[in-house]
Amino acid sequence: MAAKISIRDLTKVFYKKGSSMTALQNVSIDVQDGEFVCFIGPSGCGKTTLLRILADLETPSTGEFTIARDKEDRPLQSMVFQEKGVIPWLTVEENVAFGLKMRHLPKNIIKERTSYYLAKVGLDKFAKIYPKDLSGGMKQRVSIARAFANDPEILLMDEPFAALDEQNKFILQEELLNIWSETKKTVLFITHSIDEALLLSDRILLMSSQPGRIIDEKVVDLPRPRNMEQVRADPTMAHHFKDIWNHLHNEVQNSRE
Amino acid sequence: MREKHIDPIHDPIAVEQEDWRKRQIRNRFKQVLTISSPIFILLLWEFLSRTDLIDARFFPPPTKIVGTFLMMGTSGELFSHIGISLYRIFAGFLLGVIPAIILGLIMGLYSPIRHFLSPLIMALMPIPTLALLPIIIIIFGVGEVSKVVTIAGSVFFPVIINTVAGVVNIDRIYLDVAKNYGADSKNFFFKIALPGSLPVMLEGIQMGQAIALLTIVAAEMMGANSGIGYLIWTSYKAFLLQEMYVGLVLISFFGFLFSLILRGFQNKLLPWR
Repeated sequence: MAAKISIRDLTKVFYKKGSSMTALQNVSIDVQDGEFVCFIGPSGCGKTTLLRILADLETPSTGEFTIARDKEDRPLQSMVFQEKGVIPWLTVEENVAFGLKMRHLPKNIIKERTSYYLAKVGLDKFAKIYPKDLSGGMKQRVSIARAFANDPEILLMDEPFAALDEQNKFILQEELLNIWSETKKTVLFITHSIDEALLLSDRILLMSSQPGRIIDEKVVDLPRPRNMEQVRADPTMAHHFKDIWNHLHNEVQNSRE
Repeated sequence: MREKHIDPIHDPIAVEQEDWRKRQIRNRFKQVLTISSPIFILLLWEFLSRTDLIDARFFPPPTKIVGTFLMMGTSGELFSHIGISLYRIFAGFLLGVIPAIILGLIMGLYSPIRHFLSPLIMALMPIPTLALLPIIIIIFGVGEVSKVVTIAGSVFFPVIINTVAGVVNIDRIYLDVAKNYGADSKNFFFKIALPGSLPVMLEGIQMGQAIALLTIVAAEMMGANSGIGYLIWTSYKAFLLQEMYVGLVLISFFGFLFSLILRGFQNKLLPWR
Protein backbone atom coordinates (compact mmCIF):
# COMPACT_ATOMS: atom_id res chain seq x y z
CA MET A 1 0.00 0.00 0.00
CA ALA A 2 1.28 3.45 -0.88
CA ALA A 3 1.97 5.75 2.06
CA LYS A 4 -0.64 8.35 2.96
CA ILE A 5 2.05 10.86 3.86
CA SER A 6 5.46 10.61 2.38
CA ILE A 7 8.19 12.99 3.50
CA ARG A 8 11.54 12.88 1.70
CA ASP A 9 14.77 14.53 2.89
CA LEU A 10 13.01 17.52 4.32
CA THR A 11 15.39 20.20 5.59
CA LYS A 12 14.49 23.58 6.99
CA VAL A 13 17.05 26.26 7.70
CA PHE A 14 16.12 29.58 9.25
CA TYR A 15 18.47 32.25 7.97
CA LYS A 16 18.99 35.65 9.49
CA LYS A 17 21.70 38.08 8.48
CA GLY A 18 24.97 36.30 9.12
CA SER A 19 23.67 33.29 10.99
CA SER A 20 21.64 30.25 10.16
CA MET A 21 19.84 27.68 12.27
CA THR A 22 18.99 24.25 11.00
CA ALA A 23 15.61 23.35 12.44
CA LEU A 24 15.11 20.11 10.51
CA GLN A 25 17.71 17.95 8.83
CA ASN A 26 16.95 15.31 6.20
CA VAL A 27 13.71 14.17 7.70
CA SER A 28 12.15 11.24 5.84
CA ILE A 29 8.95 9.63 7.06
CA ASP A 30 6.27 7.40 5.59
CA VAL A 31 2.92 7.30 7.32
CA GLN A 32 0.25 4.74 6.42
CA ASP A 33 -3.39 5.59 5.89
CA GLY A 34 -5.24 5.69 9.21
CA GLU A 35 -2.10 5.64 11.28
CA PHE A 36 -1.82 7.72 14.47
CA VAL A 37 1.77 8.92 14.76
CA CYS A 38 3.19 10.89 17.67
CA PHE A 39 6.37 12.99 17.62
CA ILE A 40 8.38 13.30 20.78
CA GLY A 41 11.55 15.31 21.14
CA PRO A 42 13.20 17.92 23.33
CA SER A 43 11.99 21.51 23.14
CA GLY A 44 13.16 23.33 20.06
CA CYS A 45 13.81 20.16 18.06
CA GLY A 46 11.76 21.35 15.09
CA LYS A 47 8.61 19.30 15.69
CA THR A 48 6.38 22.31 15.28
CA THR A 49 8.34 23.43 12.22
CA LEU A 50 7.75 20.03 10.62
CA LEU A 51 4.01 20.27 11.28
CA ARG A 52 3.86 23.85 10.03
CA ILE A 53 5.53 22.77 6.78
CA LEU A 54 2.96 20.02 6.32
CA ALA A 55 0.23 22.56 7.19
CA ASP A 56 1.48 24.83 4.40
CA LEU A 57 2.30 27.60 6.88
CA GLU A 58 6.03 27.31 6.24
CA THR A 59 8.03 26.26 3.17
CA PRO A 60 10.79 23.66 3.36
CA SER A 61 14.31 24.77 2.39
CA THR A 62 14.95 21.52 0.52
CA GLY A 63 13.22 18.20 0.20
CA GLU A 64 9.60 17.46 -0.45
CA PHE A 65 6.47 15.82 0.89
CA THR A 66 3.25 14.48 -0.53
CA ILE A 67 -0.10 13.84 1.06
CA ALA A 68 -2.21 11.36 -0.91
CA ARG A 69 -5.67 12.59 -1.83
CA ASP A 70 -8.54 10.10 -1.65
CA LYS A 71 -11.41 12.43 -2.40
CA GLU A 72 -11.24 15.40 -4.76
CA ASP A 73 -13.29 17.77 -2.63
CA ARG A 74 -11.41 17.18 0.60
CA PRO A 75 -8.85 19.61 1.99
CA LEU A 76 -5.41 18.02 2.33
CA GLN A 77 -4.92 18.80 5.99
CA SER A 78 -6.36 20.61 8.98
CA MET A 79 -4.46 21.65 12.03
CA VAL A 80 -5.42 21.62 15.69
CA PHE A 81 -3.37 24.46 17.11
CA GLN A 82 -1.88 24.93 20.56
CA GLU A 83 -4.17 26.48 23.14
CA LYS A 84 -5.03 29.81 21.46
CA GLY A 85 -6.28 28.60 18.06
CA VAL A 86 -9.95 29.30 18.68
CA ILE A 87 -10.98 32.62 17.11
CA PRO A 88 -12.42 34.83 19.89
CA TRP A 89 -14.81 36.90 17.75
CA LEU A 90 -16.59 33.84 16.35
CA THR A 91 -19.09 31.85 18.39
CA VAL A 92 -18.39 28.20 19.21
CA GLU A 93 -20.61 27.19 16.31
CA GLU A 94 -18.96 29.60 13.87
CA ASN A 95 -15.54 28.36 14.93
CA VAL A 96 -16.47 24.73 14.26
CA ALA A 97 -18.00 25.70 10.91
CA PHE A 98 -15.01 27.87 9.97
CA GLY A 99 -13.24 25.50 7.57
CA LEU A 100 -16.50 24.49 5.90
CA LYS A 101 -17.48 28.12 5.40
CA MET A 102 -14.08 28.99 3.99
CA ARG A 103 -14.58 26.23 1.43
CA HIS A 104 -18.03 27.61 0.55
CA LEU A 105 -19.88 24.34 1.14
CA PRO A 106 -23.69 24.35 0.90
CA LYS A 107 -25.39 25.73 4.02
CA ASN A 108 -27.26 22.55 4.93
CA ILE A 109 -24.06 20.48 4.87
CA ILE A 110 -22.27 23.07 7.03
CA LYS A 111 -25.15 23.02 9.51
CA GLU A 112 -25.37 19.25 9.62
CA ARG A 113 -21.64 18.61 10.09
CA THR A 114 -21.22 21.43 12.58
CA SER A 115 -24.00 20.21 14.83
CA TYR A 116 -22.79 16.62 14.52
CA TYR A 117 -19.31 17.48 15.79
CA LEU A 118 -20.59 19.95 18.37
CA ALA A 119 -22.64 17.13 19.85
CA LYS A 120 -19.69 14.79 19.52
CA VAL A 121 -17.52 16.97 21.78
CA GLY A 122 -20.44 17.80 24.07
CA LEU A 123 -20.64 21.50 23.19
CA ASP A 124 -24.07 21.58 21.53
CA LYS A 125 -25.45 23.62 24.44
CA PHE A 126 -22.67 26.18 24.01
CA ALA A 127 -23.09 26.66 20.26
CA LYS A 128 -24.06 30.33 20.45
CA ILE A 129 -21.61 31.58 23.05
CA TYR A 130 -18.21 33.17 22.56
CA PRO A 131 -14.95 31.43 23.50
CA LYS A 132 -14.20 33.89 26.33
CA ASP A 133 -16.78 32.03 28.41
CA LEU A 134 -15.21 28.61 27.78
CA SER A 135 -12.63 26.80 29.87
CA GLY A 136 -9.32 25.76 28.32
CA GLY A 137 -10.56 22.20 27.84
CA MET A 138 -13.71 23.34 26.10
CA LYS A 139 -11.72 25.60 23.80
CA GLN A 140 -9.60 22.67 22.70
CA ARG A 141 -12.78 20.68 22.07
CA VAL A 142 -13.85 23.46 19.72
CA SER A 143 -10.48 23.25 17.99
CA ILE A 144 -10.76 19.49 17.59
CA ALA A 145 -14.36 19.66 16.38
CA ARG A 146 -13.35 22.30 13.82
CA ALA A 147 -10.59 20.08 12.44
CA PHE A 148 -12.73 16.93 12.22
CA ALA A 149 -15.72 18.80 10.77
CA ASN A 150 -13.48 20.01 7.96
CA ASP A 151 -13.01 16.33 6.97
CA PRO A 152 -9.41 16.66 5.77
CA GLU A 153 -7.21 13.89 4.35
CA ILE A 154 -4.92 14.12 7.40
CA LEU A 155 -5.01 15.84 10.78
CA LEU A 156 -2.10 17.73 12.29
CA MET A 157 -2.08 18.36 16.02
CA ASP A 158 0.46 20.59 17.69
CA GLU A 159 0.46 19.82 21.42
CA PRO A 160 -3.29 20.42 21.67
CA PHE A 161 -3.49 19.37 25.32
CA ALA A 162 -0.24 20.88 26.61
CA ALA A 163 -1.94 23.77 28.43
CA LEU A 164 -4.60 21.64 30.12
CA ASP A 165 -4.57 20.28 33.65
CA GLU A 166 -4.07 16.52 34.12
CA GLN A 167 -7.72 15.59 34.56
CA ASN A 168 -8.94 17.54 31.56
CA LYS A 169 -6.08 16.08 29.57
CA PHE A 170 -7.20 12.50 30.31
CA ILE A 171 -10.78 13.27 29.38
CA LEU A 172 -9.86 14.97 26.13
CA GLN A 173 -7.42 12.25 25.16
CA GLU A 174 -10.17 9.66 25.47
CA GLU A 175 -12.62 11.84 23.59
CA LEU A 176 -10.09 12.33 20.82
CA LEU A 177 -9.57 8.57 20.56
CA ASN A 178 -13.33 8.10 20.37
CA ILE A 179 -13.80 10.53 17.49
CA TRP A 180 -10.68 9.28 15.79
CA SER A 181 -11.76 5.61 15.94
CA GLU A 182 -14.94 6.62 14.13
CA THR A 183 -13.22 8.39 11.26
CA LYS A 184 -9.88 6.56 11.15
CA LYS A 185 -8.10 9.66 9.95
CA THR A 186 -4.35 9.74 9.62
CA VAL A 187 -3.03 11.86 12.49
CA LEU A 188 0.35 13.46 13.17
CA PHE A 189 0.46 14.53 16.79
CA ILE A 190 3.15 16.47 18.62
CA THR A 191 3.49 16.02 22.35
CA HIS A 192 5.86 16.40 25.24
CA SER A 193 4.09 13.75 27.26
CA ILE A 194 5.30 10.15 26.96
CA ASP A 195 2.10 8.87 28.56
CA GLU A 196 0.05 10.74 26.02
CA ALA A 197 2.08 9.33 23.14
CA LEU A 198 1.78 5.75 24.43
CA LEU A 199 -1.96 6.11 24.94
CA LEU A 200 -2.74 7.67 21.57
CA SER A 201 -0.37 6.44 18.94
CA ASP A 202 0.33 3.45 16.73
CA ARG A 203 3.88 4.64 16.34
CA ILE A 204 6.09 7.11 18.17
CA LEU A 205 8.85 8.93 16.32
CA LEU A 206 11.70 10.18 18.48
CA MET A 207 13.44 13.33 17.40
CA SER A 208 16.90 14.57 18.22
CA SER A 209 17.68 17.96 19.66
CA GLN A 210 18.41 20.69 17.14
CA PRO A 211 18.92 20.13 14.25
CA GLY A 212 15.85 17.94 14.33
CA ARG A 213 16.20 14.46 12.87
CA ILE A 214 14.14 11.33 13.34
CA ILE A 215 16.46 9.02 15.24
CA ASP A 216 14.27 6.21 16.48
CA GLU A 217 10.77 4.86 16.45
CA LYS A 218 8.63 2.80 18.82
CA VAL A 219 5.68 0.77 17.61
CA VAL A 220 2.83 0.79 20.10
CA ASP A 221 0.81 -2.35 19.40
CA LEU A 222 -1.44 -2.26 22.43
CA PRO A 223 -4.97 -3.26 21.29
CA ARG A 224 -7.61 -0.56 21.00
CA PRO A 225 -9.74 0.80 22.54
CA ARG A 226 -7.16 1.66 25.15
CA ASN A 227 -7.20 3.54 28.37
CA MET A 228 -4.52 4.94 30.61
CA GLU A 229 -4.77 2.05 33.10
CA GLN A 230 -3.92 -0.49 30.43
CA VAL A 231 -1.00 1.58 29.25
CA ARG A 232 0.32 1.90 32.79
CA ALA A 233 -0.16 -1.82 33.55
CA ASP A 234 1.49 -3.17 30.39
CA PRO A 235 5.14 -4.19 30.93
CA THR A 236 6.14 -3.51 27.29
CA MET A 237 4.74 -0.01 27.61
CA ALA A 238 6.67 0.47 30.83
CA HIS A 239 9.78 -0.54 28.92
CA HIS A 240 8.96 1.88 26.09
CA PHE A 241 8.37 4.61 28.63
CA LYS A 242 11.82 4.10 30.13
CA ASP A 243 13.49 4.02 26.69
CA ILE A 244 11.80 7.22 25.57
CA TRP A 245 12.58 8.86 28.90
CA ASN A 246 16.26 7.99 28.52
CA HIS A 247 16.25 9.21 24.95
CA LEU A 248 14.80 12.57 25.95
CA HIS A 249 17.21 12.83 28.83
CA ASN A 250 20.19 12.19 26.55
CA GLU A 251 19.00 14.64 23.93
CA VAL A 252 18.47 17.39 26.46
CA GLN A 253 21.94 16.63 27.83
CA ASN A 254 23.42 16.76 24.30
CA SER A 255 21.83 20.04 23.49
CA ARG A 256 23.39 21.59 26.57
CA GLU A 257 26.93 20.63 25.68
CA MET B 1 -35.33 23.99 64.83
CA ARG B 2 -31.60 23.90 64.61
CA GLU B 3 -31.07 27.37 63.21
CA LYS B 4 -32.31 28.93 66.39
CA HIS B 5 -29.29 27.65 68.25
CA ILE B 6 -26.81 29.33 65.96
CA ASP B 7 -25.49 32.53 67.39
CA PRO B 8 -25.93 35.12 64.58
CA ILE B 9 -22.35 36.24 65.00
CA HIS B 10 -21.10 32.74 64.25
CA ASP B 11 -23.50 32.00 61.40
CA PRO B 12 -21.24 32.07 58.31
CA ILE B 13 -24.08 33.03 55.99
CA ALA B 14 -25.09 35.95 58.20
CA VAL B 15 -21.47 37.10 58.33
CA GLU B 16 -21.16 37.03 54.56
CA GLN B 17 -24.56 38.67 54.17
CA GLU B 18 -23.49 41.52 56.37
CA ASP B 19 -20.29 41.84 54.35
CA TRP B 20 -22.24 41.85 51.10
CA ARG B 21 -24.54 44.57 52.41
CA LYS B 22 -21.53 46.70 53.32
CA ARG B 23 -20.10 46.26 49.83
CA GLN B 24 -23.43 47.32 48.32
CA ILE B 25 -23.45 50.46 50.41
CA ARG B 26 -19.89 51.24 49.44
CA ASN B 27 -20.73 50.83 45.73
CA ARG B 28 -23.75 53.06 46.04
CA PHE B 29 -21.60 55.64 47.76
CA LYS B 30 -19.20 55.60 44.80
CA GLN B 31 -22.09 56.14 42.40
CA VAL B 32 -23.22 59.09 44.49
CA LEU B 33 -19.68 60.49 44.35
CA THR B 34 -19.69 60.29 40.55
CA ILE B 35 -22.93 62.20 40.29
CA SER B 36 -22.10 64.68 43.04
CA SER B 37 -18.93 66.22 41.59
CA PRO B 38 -20.60 68.13 38.73
CA ILE B 39 -23.46 69.14 41.01
CA PHE B 40 -21.00 70.36 43.60
CA ILE B 41 -19.10 72.47 41.06
CA LEU B 42 -22.34 73.98 39.73
CA LEU B 43 -23.52 74.85 43.22
CA LEU B 44 -20.16 76.37 44.11
CA TRP B 45 -20.14 78.37 40.90
CA GLU B 46 -23.69 79.57 41.52
CA PHE B 47 -22.82 80.60 45.08
CA LEU B 48 -19.56 82.39 44.21
CA SER B 49 -21.17 84.21 41.33
CA ARG B 50 -24.28 85.26 43.27
CA THR B 51 -22.20 86.53 46.18
CA ASP B 52 -19.86 88.40 43.79
CA LEU B 53 -16.85 86.47 45.04
CA ILE B 54 -16.14 85.91 41.35
CA ASP B 55 -17.03 88.43 38.69
CA ALA B 56 -20.54 87.60 37.49
CA ARG B 57 -19.86 89.39 34.21
CA PHE B 58 -17.28 86.76 33.26
CA PHE B 59 -18.78 83.86 35.18
CA PRO B 60 -22.55 84.31 35.16
CA PRO B 61 -24.31 81.91 37.55
CA PRO B 62 -25.46 78.60 36.00
CA THR B 63 -29.14 79.37 36.62
CA LYS B 64 -28.78 82.48 34.47
CA ILE B 65 -27.12 80.47 31.73
CA VAL B 66 -30.05 78.04 31.83
CA GLY B 67 -32.40 80.98 31.62
CA THR B 68 -30.54 82.34 28.61
CA PHE B 69 -30.61 78.87 27.05
CA LEU B 70 -34.43 78.70 27.43
CA MET B 71 -34.79 82.18 26.02
CA MET B 72 -32.62 81.39 23.02
CA GLY B 73 -34.46 78.12 22.59
CA THR B 74 -37.88 79.73 22.35
CA SER B 75 -36.71 82.00 19.57
CA GLY B 76 -35.83 78.88 17.54
CA GLU B 77 -32.56 80.32 16.34
CA LEU B 78 -30.56 78.19 18.76
CA PHE B 79 -31.86 74.97 17.27
CA SER B 80 -30.90 75.95 13.75
CA HIS B 81 -27.33 76.51 15.05
CA ILE B 82 -27.36 73.11 16.75
CA GLY B 83 -28.86 71.44 13.70
CA ILE B 84 -26.31 72.79 11.24
CA SER B 85 -23.41 71.89 13.57
CA LEU B 86 -24.69 68.35 14.07
CA TYR B 87 -25.13 67.94 10.32
CA ARG B 88 -21.53 69.05 9.72
CA ILE B 89 -20.24 66.77 12.45
CA PHE B 90 -22.11 63.70 11.21
CA ALA B 91 -21.33 64.22 7.55
CA GLY B 92 -17.68 65.01 8.27
CA PHE B 93 -17.41 62.12 10.67
CA LEU B 94 -18.70 59.59 8.14
CA LEU B 95 -16.63 61.09 5.33
CA GLY B 96 -13.53 60.70 7.48
CA VAL B 97 -14.22 57.39 9.23
CA ILE B 98 -15.32 55.22 6.30
CA PRO B 99 -12.29 55.76 4.03
CA ALA B 100 -10.02 55.56 7.10
CA ILE B 101 -11.36 52.12 8.00
CA ILE B 102 -11.15 50.75 4.46
CA LEU B 103 -7.67 52.14 3.80
CA GLY B 104 -6.53 51.12 7.29
CA LEU B 105 -7.61 47.52 6.80
CA ILE B 106 -5.88 47.35 3.42
CA MET B 107 -2.70 48.85 4.87
CA GLY B 108 -2.82 46.49 7.82
CA LEU B 109 -3.26 43.37 5.69
CA TYR B 110 -0.85 44.16 2.86
CA SER B 111 2.53 45.25 4.11
CA PRO B 112 3.82 46.63 0.75
CA ILE B 113 0.86 49.03 0.68
CA ARG B 114 1.51 49.85 4.33
CA HIS B 115 5.15 50.65 3.62
CA PHE B 116 4.21 52.75 0.62
CA LEU B 117 1.51 54.83 2.31
CA SER B 118 2.66 55.17 5.90
CA PRO B 119 5.23 57.96 5.27
CA LEU B 120 2.46 60.01 3.65
CA ILE B 121 0.18 59.45 6.64
CA MET B 122 3.00 60.27 9.04
CA ALA B 123 3.83 63.47 7.16
CA LEU B 124 0.24 64.68 6.86
CA MET B 125 -0.95 63.78 10.33
CA PRO B 126 0.84 66.53 12.32
CA ILE B 127 -0.61 69.28 10.13
CA PRO B 128 -3.72 70.62 11.86
CA THR B 129 -6.61 70.43 9.41
CA LEU B 130 -7.63 73.88 10.66
CA ALA B 131 -4.37 75.30 9.35
CA LEU B 132 -5.42 73.99 5.96
CA LEU B 133 -8.82 75.64 6.17
CA PRO B 134 -7.85 78.50 3.79
CA ILE B 135 -6.75 75.95 1.19
CA ILE B 136 -9.86 73.87 1.79
CA ILE B 137 -12.03 76.95 1.28
CA ILE B 138 -10.19 77.77 -1.94
CA ILE B 139 -10.80 74.26 -3.23
CA PHE B 140 -14.30 73.55 -1.89
CA GLY B 141 -15.72 77.06 -1.61
CA VAL B 142 -17.24 78.76 1.42
CA GLY B 143 -20.27 76.44 1.61
CA GLU B 144 -20.99 73.41 3.72
CA VAL B 145 -18.58 71.13 1.85
CA SER B 146 -15.50 72.90 3.14
CA LYS B 147 -16.60 72.46 6.79
CA VAL B 148 -17.49 68.82 6.25
CA VAL B 149 -14.13 68.20 4.58
CA THR B 150 -12.32 69.91 7.48
CA ILE B 151 -14.02 67.62 9.99
CA ALA B 152 -13.38 64.58 7.80
CA GLY B 153 -9.70 65.45 7.52
CA SER B 154 -9.21 65.63 11.26
CA VAL B 155 -11.20 62.48 12.01
CA PHE B 156 -9.42 60.48 9.33
CA PHE B 157 -5.99 60.25 10.97
CA PRO B 158 -6.70 58.78 14.42
CA VAL B 159 -9.04 56.25 12.83
CA ILE B 160 -6.65 55.08 10.11
CA ILE B 161 -3.71 54.85 12.50
CA ASN B 162 -5.70 52.82 15.01
CA THR B 163 -7.14 50.58 12.32
CA VAL B 164 -3.69 49.74 10.96
CA ALA B 165 -2.42 49.10 14.49
CA GLY B 166 -5.48 46.96 15.16
CA VAL B 167 -4.84 44.73 12.16
CA VAL B 168 -1.09 44.50 12.71
CA ASN B 169 -1.60 43.48 16.33
CA ILE B 170 -4.03 40.65 15.58
CA ASP B 171 -2.47 37.54 17.09
CA ARG B 172 -0.56 35.70 14.34
CA ILE B 173 -2.20 32.42 15.26
CA TYR B 174 -5.59 33.62 13.93
CA LEU B 175 -3.97 34.41 10.58
CA ASP B 176 -2.45 30.92 10.63
CA VAL B 177 -5.82 29.37 11.42
CA ALA B 178 -7.45 31.29 8.56
CA LYS B 179 -4.71 30.31 6.14
CA ASN B 180 -4.71 26.68 7.25
CA TYR B 181 -8.47 26.44 6.78
CA GLY B 182 -8.26 27.96 3.31
CA ALA B 183 -9.60 31.50 3.78
CA ASP B 184 -9.56 33.59 0.58
CA SER B 185 -8.69 37.29 0.67
CA LYS B 186 -12.32 38.33 1.03
CA ASN B 187 -12.65 36.16 4.13
CA PHE B 188 -9.31 37.40 5.48
CA PHE B 189 -10.72 40.90 5.18
CA PHE B 190 -14.17 40.39 6.67
CA LYS B 191 -13.73 37.42 9.00
CA ILE B 192 -10.27 38.14 10.41
CA ALA B 193 -8.94 41.66 9.79
CA LEU B 194 -12.15 43.63 10.34
CA PRO B 195 -13.43 41.94 13.52
CA GLY B 196 -9.92 41.41 14.88
CA SER B 197 -8.98 45.07 14.57
CA LEU B 198 -12.36 46.38 15.72
CA PRO B 199 -11.50 46.95 19.42
CA VAL B 200 -8.49 49.15 18.62
CA MET B 201 -10.31 50.74 15.67
CA LEU B 202 -13.22 51.78 17.92
CA GLU B 203 -10.77 53.49 20.28
CA GLY B 204 -9.60 55.49 17.26
CA ILE B 205 -13.20 56.36 16.40
CA GLN B 206 -13.75 57.59 19.97
CA MET B 207 -10.73 59.83 19.58
CA GLY B 208 -11.97 60.98 16.16
CA GLN B 209 -15.31 61.90 17.68
CA ALA B 210 -13.65 64.16 20.25
CA ILE B 211 -11.47 65.74 17.57
CA ALA B 212 -14.54 66.32 15.38
CA LEU B 213 -16.08 68.47 18.11
CA LEU B 214 -12.89 70.46 18.61
CA THR B 215 -12.65 71.01 14.89
CA ILE B 216 -16.26 72.02 14.29
CA VAL B 217 -16.09 74.80 16.88
CA ALA B 218 -12.83 76.15 15.50
CA ALA B 219 -13.94 75.82 11.88
CA GLU B 220 -17.19 77.64 12.57
CA MET B 221 -15.31 80.39 14.37
CA MET B 222 -13.11 80.95 11.33
CA GLY B 223 -15.34 80.62 8.32
CA ALA B 224 -19.04 80.26 8.95
CA ASN B 225 -22.14 82.26 9.75
CA SER B 226 -24.03 79.52 11.55
CA GLY B 227 -23.43 76.72 14.01
CA ILE B 228 -22.50 76.38 17.67
CA GLY B 229 -18.94 77.57 17.07
CA TYR B 230 -20.23 80.65 15.30
CA LEU B 231 -22.61 81.26 18.21
CA ILE B 232 -19.74 81.07 20.72
CA TRP B 233 -17.54 83.36 18.69
CA THR B 234 -20.08 86.06 17.88
CA SER B 235 -21.41 86.06 21.47
CA TYR B 236 -17.88 86.48 22.73
CA LYS B 237 -17.17 89.34 20.34
CA ALA B 238 -20.40 91.07 21.41
CA PHE B 239 -19.54 90.35 25.04
CA LEU B 240 -22.72 88.30 25.44
CA LEU B 241 -21.00 85.89 27.80
CA GLN B 242 -24.17 84.11 28.90
CA GLU B 243 -24.88 83.22 25.28
CA MET B 244 -21.27 82.13 24.89
CA TYR B 245 -21.61 79.82 27.88
CA VAL B 246 -24.72 78.29 26.37
CA GLY B 247 -22.59 77.37 23.33
CA LEU B 248 -19.84 75.92 25.50
CA VAL B 249 -22.27 73.85 27.55
CA LEU B 250 -23.83 72.53 24.35
CA ILE B 251 -20.44 71.37 23.08
CA SER B 252 -19.74 69.68 26.37
CA PHE B 253 -23.16 68.05 26.32
CA PHE B 254 -22.79 66.69 22.79
CA GLY B 255 -19.28 65.42 23.48
CA PHE B 256 -20.60 63.51 26.46
CA LEU B 257 -23.60 62.22 24.51
CA PHE B 258 -21.49 61.02 21.56
CA SER B 259 -19.11 59.24 23.93
CA LEU B 260 -22.02 57.41 25.54
CA ILE B 261 -23.48 56.45 22.15
CA LEU B 262 -20.12 55.13 20.94
CA ARG B 263 -19.61 53.15 24.17
CA GLY B 264 -23.02 51.61 23.56
CA PHE B 265 -22.00 50.73 20.00
CA GLN B 266 -18.79 49.27 21.31
CA ASN B 267 -20.64 46.88 23.61
CA LYS B 268 -22.99 45.89 20.78
CA LEU B 269 -20.21 45.39 18.23
CA LEU B 270 -17.88 43.49 20.56
CA PRO B 271 -20.02 40.85 22.24
CA TRP B 272 -17.00 38.57 22.27
CA ARG B 273 -14.88 40.75 24.52
